Amino acid sequence: MKRIVSALLALAAGAALQAAEVSVAVAANFAAPMREIAQAFERDTGHKAVVAVGSTGKLYAQIKQGAPFEVLLSADAQTPARLEAEGLGVAGSRWTYATGHLVLWSPQPGLVDAQGAVLRSGQFKRLAMADPKLAPYGAAAFQTLQHLGLQQTLEGKLVQGDSIAQTYQFVATGNAELGFLALSQLLVEGRLRAGSVWQVPAHMHAPLRQDALLLVKGRQQPAALALMAYLRSEPARSIIMRHGYSL
Amino acid sequence: MLNAVSLSPEAWKAIVLTVELAGLTTVLLLLLATPLAWWLAHTASRWRAPVVALVTLPLVLPPTVLGFYLLVLMGPQGPVGQLTQAMGWGTLTFTFSGLLIGSMIFSLPFAVQPLQHAFESIGPRPMEVAATLGARPVDAFFTVALPMASGGLATAGILTFAHTVGEFGLVLMLGGNIEGKTRVVSTQIYGHVEAMEYAQAHGLAALMVFFSFVVLLALALLKRRPVRLLP
Repeated sequence: MKRIVSALLALAAGAALQAAEVSVAVAANFAAPMREIAQAFERDTGHKAVVAVGSTGKLYAQIKQGAPFEVLLSADAQTPARLEAEGLGVAGSRWTYATGHLVLWSPQPGLVDAQGAVLRSGQFKRLAMADPKLAPYGAAAFQTLQHLGLQQTLEGKLVQGDSIAQTYQFVATGNAELGFLALSQLLVEGRLRAGSVWQVPAHMHAPLRQDALLLVKGRQQPAALALMAYLRSEPARSIIMRHGYSL
Repeated sequence: MLNAVSLSPEAWKAIVLTVELAGLTTVLLLLLATPLAWWLAHTASRWRAPVVALVTLPLVLPPTVLGFYLLVLMGPQGPVGQLTQAMGWGTLTFTFSGLLIGSMIFSLPFAVQPLQHAFESIGPRPMEVAATLGARPVDAFFTVALPMASGGLATAGILTFAHTVGEFGLVLMLGGNIEGKTRVVSTQIYGHVEAMEYAQAHGLAALMVFFSFVVLLALALLKRRPVRLLP
């Protein structure tokens, strides 16, 4: 009898370990790869990742107000650093899980050339980008325009989305002919969407480093630790690369 | 808490733009809503029910749905966009005019419903009396019906103005965040919060709470019936 009870207890403990959940706050641009990573994570470790998607600014505000997140996958490097400095992240747990790429895209074939000369030609009415204050890809777009010396010339044509998701909407609906977006947004099943695209050279803007941080609420959680480790694993890395990020 | 001096020039621009947008929306919408409300209050047409439903639609639709469809409709491939381009106006998205049209649609039920209820509560009698006294329907409308519905008119105006000031999702989707053209107070606050500039957000947000309270207070005072004390 005693043996059965202890066996049952061990089983229950094992099941509890198996069924552990980790609550992850994920920047909007990484939502699609995270969905796949969560599936692979559950398949490979038995842990379940519960994903909350939002803009990094919103997630920061929520974490500061005690949101129950255990891991943050940020769209930038500053926010995790800030949270760590403020004592909300586990010191030394920060690392770059993905580096994003900025592209200039138009759904019209032939509008955007492979050198981005269309920006100088000014042959368009509206150029969309994300708000540089709110979105890292917006800041990178702004730096690119500065690098090209075009931010003043083009100022009257700029429209800003509050996130790169909204910026994509402006361009995809044709309200802006072209816009600065994340490469990851334009990849469907690993293939580029129709239209024309310029891959902005990396030296024109600060690197789009996206950092992960283990939050203090996840410090003792095996599932949170497992996810932080899993993000470095081969299956996760290949998902991240397939979505247009580099490592 | 509320320090008007600390508001930045950027914030003032947003406030001025918001007041312009809300003011113009209110004036234009009342002009449009008054005949529509009158018709709804009196018609026996079989089109009444569908029109009532259509007018109420913006009340229940999330602003993102409205914003998304307006973005598509007013875009260069959309029917409205094609029309405005053919007229030589270009497309209306990311312009003040575009926001104005969006705001009018967004606040339509807030203008029509109080007016319609006011017209309905007058009943047919005063207009009949005016007609017997020889007033033409148009005269009777302006000299009898409209003054009697002045409470509804004021309510419609205040609600439209306040609702436009409080509009957010639609502006975010149609506006493109252009300073002095489409960046209103609500989107400005959102920008500050998202950029973690909580101090600036507080200044404007507190102003918004104060303004909304004053508006609702005005409405409550307006609706207060004179109290009749029994002897």
